[in-house]
Amino acid sequence: MTQNKMEVKDFSFTYKGAAKPSLRNINLPIERKKVTALIGPSGCGKSTLLRSMNRIHDLYPGNKYEGQIMLHTEDEGHTDILTLKKENDFIWLRQTVGMVFQKPTPFPMSIFDNIAYGLRLQGEKNKAVLQEKVEKSLKDVALWKEVKDRLNDDARGLSGGQQQRLCIARVVALKPEVILFDEPTSALDPLSTLAIEEMIFELKQDYTIAIVTHNMQQASRISDYTAFMYLGELIEFDTTDNIFTAPKKQQTEDYITGKFG
Amino acid sequence: MRLFLNKAFLVLSTLTAILGLLFLGWIIVTLVSKGMESLTPYIFTHDLVDNGIRNLIWGQIVLAGLATVFGIPIGVLAGVYLQEYGNHTKYADFIRDLSDVMMSAPSIVIGTFIYAIMVIPMGHTNGWAGIAALFVMMLPIVVRTTDDMLSLVPTELREAGMAIGASKYHVIMHIVIRAAKVGIMTGLILAFARIMGETAPLLYTSGSTIYMETDLSQTYPAMTVSIYNLATMPDEKLVSLAWAAALVLTLMVLGLNLLGRYIIKEKR
Repeated sequence: MTQNKMEVKDFSFTYKGAAKPSLRNINLPIERKKVTALIGPSGCGKSTLLRSMNRIHDLYPGNKYEGQIMLHTEDEGHTDILTLKKENDFIWLRQTVGMVFQKPTPFPMSIFDNIAYGLRLQGEKNKAVLQEKVEKSLKDVALWKEVKDRLNDDARGLSGGQQQRLCIARVVALKPEVILFDEPTSALDPLSTLAIEEMIFELKQDYTIAIVTHNMQQASRISDYTAFMYLGELIEFDTTDNIFTAPKKQQTEDYITGKFG
Repeated sequence: MRLFLNKAFLVLSTLTAILGLLFLGWIIVTLVSKGMESLTPYIFTHDLVDNGIRNLIWGQIVLAGLATVFGIPIGVLAGVYLQEYGNHTKYADFIRDLSDVMMSAPSIVIGTFIYAIMVIPMGHTNGWAGIAALFVMMLPIVVRTTDDMLSLVPTELREAGMAIGASKYHVIMHIVIRAAKVGIMTGLILAFARIMGETAPLLYTSGSTIYMETDLSQTYPAMTVSIYNLATMPDEKLVSLAWAAALVLTLMVLGLNLLGRYIIKEKR
């Protein structure tokens, strides 16, 4: 079994209608059961890269991918996810590589159904099993105590932090192998942010995690590896300790010491 | 000076608001005072031939109701196409512009059009023609309301649905439409209320009759058309009945509008 869960190789990405690629020749390993943080100033392409890793870009046709993004699954499967074409393959990919967004996105249904939705899509119909899995994933994100008496209430009634934890529970319930976080705490207050960070720390026992953040303290607190990106290129990738204490590139140092960005 | 302008503007806008409301109040007061005279339980149990309006209420509801039954699924589906599939392709934008033009088309023109294609071939006014005219009136409203309400659903919600492995169809049916449900429902009720009160499209499509009718291929009773007919009669009793019918129609439309507002308030 390889050490890396995903590998981005010579990857370039061009948005539909754009003259120049937004990402150029990216090479990045995502190590199994570790947290990899993508940092860099706004517009550097960190979100674009993350969104390529489960091909959520494909909602909007006409974008161009070049290179490879390998996904090494637990069943010893090796897939270049850029070669996927069929709707079924995308469904498989997105259930294997889950994603949590910047803004909490509860579905317009009950708390229970929000989590059961993906499970039902996977074909789970047994009520007892659904019940059990919903409870398990709510416990995983430390939300169970707060919502166990109102599972049938509309999920949009929860607070922002609770909604975000619900969205994470929704992903965790599907037992993905990788979870992508796209600035998951930038819309939350400090306490909710702390709760999510602690949870990500817990989740890395079972999942491989990639997180985009523009909060450098957050990256240094929770990640094992950090990739610094600038203007569509990967400038430096190393262990988080090295990036924050002994960066090799001048640009990286300037950014983490707050000289620009 | 700025303070003065501020005050002057406030007074001016308050006055114009009062002026607008004054006319609305005037209409309602006139309707009630003139309509109450003939508004008896009797008119709800008898047809126009016996100086009642039972057949008219029936006819108006059937015509508007069936137009809605055909209009809603087609209009909502078209709206879903525009927002979720067509988006801003040339074709979708063309349909959008067309809908906007249709929405502001004079209703008498729509009535004339249906007259030409459905009344002349059948030789006489009929219920189906009335339904068709109301359907044409309603369709662009439903299409654009659905389109607008769906456009308010955040893109992130669609992405989140896709991101846990739902197909596009599944995301639209189970997440997007559900998120826009209140808005769409309200739009549908307001569209229904709108066609309930229409006269011009029915004038020479359904026509109207003093008898009860259930066969839609025959001239069909229509309340708005009969109000117009009765109001021009020399007999004072019939004019009074027209006032009563107008009051009943107003109450029905008002009720539908209130229902629409109630739904917005309750569900949001």
